[in-house]
Amino acid sequence: MAAQETSQSATFRHAFGNVLSFAVLLLIGVMAFSIRLFSVIKYESVIHEFDPYFNYRVTQFLTKSGVYDFWNWFDDRTWYPLGRVIGGTVYPGLTLTAGTLWWILNSINIPLSVETVCVFTAPVFSAFASWATYLLTKEIKGAGAGLTAAALLAMVPSYISRSVAGSYDNEAVAIFALIFTFYLYIKTLNTGSLFYATLNAIAYFYMVCSWGGYTFIINLIPMHVLLCIVTGRYSPRLYIAYAPLVVLGTLLAALVPVVGFNAVMTSEHFASFLVFIIIHVVALVYYIKGILTPQMFKVAVTLVVSVGMVLCVAVLAVLIALVASSPTKGWSGRSLSLLDPTYASKYIPIIASVSEHQPPTWPSYFMDINVLAFLVPAGIIACFLPLSDASSFAVLYIVTSVYFSGVMVRLMLVLAPAACIMSGIALSEAFDVFTRSIKFHLVGTTQNPQDNAGDATKVTQNDVKSEKSEDTVKERSSRKSKKDKENIEKPSLVSRVEKRLLVLPLETSVMAVFLLVLLGAFYVVHCVWAAAEAYSAPSIVLTSRSHDGLHVFDDFREAYAWLSHNTEVDDKVASWWDYGYQTTAMANRTVIVDNNTWNNTHIATVGTAMSSPEKAAWDIFNSLDVKYVLVVFGGLVGYPSDDINKFLWMVRIGGGVFPHIKEPDYLRDGQYRIDSQATPTMLNSLMYKLSYFRFVETDGRGYDRVRNTEIGKKHFKLTHFEEVFTTHHWMVRIYKLKSPRNRIRGKTKRSKSSLQKSGTSPSSKRSTRKRNPWQ
Amino acid sequence: MGKSATTSDVHALFHSLRSAYAATANHLKIIDLYIVFAIVTAVIQVAYMAIVGSFPFNSFLSGVLSCVGTAVLAVSLRIQVNKDNKEFKDLPPERAFADFVLCNLVLHLVIMNFLG
Repeated sequence: MAAQETSQSATFRHAFGNVLSFAVLLLIGVMAFSIRLFSVIKYESVIHEFDPYFNYRVTQFLTKSGVYDFWNWFDDRTWYPLGRVIGGTVYPGLTLTAGTLWWILNSINIPLSVETVCVFTAPVFSAFASWATYLLTKEIKGAGAGLTAAALLAMVPSYISRSVAGSYDNEAVAIFALIFTFYLYIKTLNTGSLFYATLNAIAYFYMVCSWGGYTFIINLIPMHVLLCIVTGRYSPRLYIAYAPLVVLGTLLAALVPVVGFNAVMTSEHFASFLVFIIIHVVALVYYIKGILTPQMFKVAVTLVVSVGMVLCVAVLAVLIALVASSPTKGWSGRSLSLLDPTYASKYIPIIASVSEHQPPTWPSYFMDINVLAFLVPAGIIACFLPLSDASSFAVLYIVTSVYFSGVMVRLMLVLAPAACIMSGIALSEAFDVFTRSIKFHLVGTTQNPQDNAGDATKVTQNDVKSEKSEDTVKERSSRKSKKDKENIEKPSLVSRVEKRLLVLPLETSVMAVFLLVLLGAFYVVHCVWAAAEAYSAPSIVLTSRSHDGLHVFDDFREAYAWLSHNTEVDDKVASWWDYGYQTTAMANRTVIVDNNTWNNTHIATVGTAMSSPEKAAWDIFNSLDVKYVLVVFGGLVGYPSDDINKFLWMVRIGGGVFPHIKEPDYLRDGQYRIDSQATPTMLNSLMYKLSYFRFVETDGRGYDRVRNTEIGKKHFKLTHFEEVFTTHHWMVRIYKLKSPRNRIRGKTKRSKSSLQKSGTSPSSKRSTRKRNPWQ
Repeated sequence: MGKSATTSDVHALFHSLRSAYAATANHLKIIDLYIVFAIVTAVIQVAYMAIVGSFPFNSFLSGVLSCVGTAVLAVSLRIQVNKDNKEFKDLPPERAFADFVLCNLVLHLVIMNFLG
């Protein structure tokens, strides 16, 4: 009778706990979505930054022309005259996801524009990502930890920074795919079901489609399998979790055109194959150990070791020779720079010049993951009591992601889910101890004797079940559930637990719970501030407050609109590669180089042109059929990311390919200046001239607000370029190449006739001088 | 002296291996036969590639990986169906076989796409 009652009340509490956690998850999803909407409220529903414009343009093409044309698309409006094979060089996951969303919405008669779908894809998928974090942490530690981790991930600033409404970039869906793949892997590991292994492979395929960071998964999972084998945790479930994933995963990865045969040929994947072989060997050893008697097994071991060792060494030698024969040992430049952080700055200046690829500073850790930074070690300890396969995976994940985030600031994003999982586990365990102590002190003493006898036998099962239902309410994200925490706990459990765990005094526990909630409050306040102030700038529209109100700087869109209305469709525009994507997407003009940076020589050509004097630059641009040159100039308003600040990178990249450009020529005593002390090469370079042409007319003395000096050369005329447009705040300046002179007179006629007379001597004369391929 | 001891040891080892394997159930032996067949097919494909060259590479890759893939899935099936495995005693063999068929379907769908 009493048993029936308790089982009924247990199921009721179980159901109540489930409904409560479902409601909490819904609220977490809504919160994840809404915290990312600050930029839409403060500015407008616009696509941010640079890379998202490319993704937006590709999505537009997809929705207009369909999947087959998108798959085979050759884009001739970028990297002129080379073009770019979009189908084969883009990670299609994001565009296909947004395109599918748009198509579904339109077919049920909700006519959202492509831009709206693109802007809001990231917040929607961050809600999905927090639900995936709940699932993953539930597999590792339990539902309470899951809810806490999901609430933390919904708000963590490092993830917000790459997934605000408008940041339509690969990471928006990739982080969801990453967490979901890890969840399915852990689920397969815990249950040993081949069904989840299939789902795992499909989720991995979605991850490969979405982001180049999939190599993190295909190296982390083999590392974890190896760790399990080495620590003696090999089990058949491990085999089922890993082996089908490798085969199916490699095949699916090879299906994506961007990856193609790299899935079997680059060193980034070799770890998975190596561990594949290792796990088969281990599985065979365990099988043979199972069917043989111990002494026979010893004989088998000695036989195999003697024969197999020779074979192994031979195969290994061949493999090492193959891999070592390539100069980079088969790794791509970006992956090598992850392993050796100084590699990029020595060999590939383009990778080194991207600000996202620099190592982060210490304050950026506190800014991006805030309170979680010191909850993570507590979580790591909690994972070790007790250590299971899933919690060892979580520890490995956090350790590797901390290392990689230390190399490249962009990878702080991969650290965010790991930190949230660890902190969720830590907070959940802490709340566990404190509320149990409170429970014990308030309820335990009166009901101890009568429940002890009856429940001694079934305490172990109830332990697990009631712990689960107790844990469902242990989250701290919604304050209103604090009242409900108390009545789910069973008194008998408390008395059993009291013999195992240390129970803290009542006042300490209450104080500790209050302080933990206060900690959470600080975290929430910081996250909302970071989302609102730090990470919601669309960078295509700038604002500043002054004593006479809010100024809006919409110069970029002004310039692109001018280009699209006042130039021919086939005109080519040259600018530094930062603005390529925006120019093709908004101005709809062909560009020479863009943010994809796949061709270093082409970028170096543009860099050389910007660093050369006017005539040489005109020759370079004319050979590329360029009609317009676009420069970004922040000197009038104090915009610090303008082309003059980036100019040294142009010199370095150009000088890396064309040796007649030397960086010391542009520096006075090793210092980069543009005032009267600047070198003549600097003052004559095209970038200087195009940025500061007529600048002295603004305030009479040409005071540059970013460099905080007056400019060196103030009054000069342009001979080969003419200014066609300067935006309202002088932030974008567009120049047109002057057409070559109609009549040849004077010097040019003489050199032309001398060329006709002597066909071969100019080449010998040229080789003695410094090789300048443009003259 | 040592040599004859080791050779007799080896003989005893093979004898015990053979007798232990003969004691396994019949349905497991059928799965093992399937695995051996898949691996042999893969080896034949690799030998063929070594003779005639690897173009087109995607066909070679999909052929070899389909053989290796079904072998791996059959091993997983064998693990789940084997009554000696205490971790899987709650799993009905029909469910294990259904999972095996599903995974094979996905594998061969991908293979068909990649075969070119």
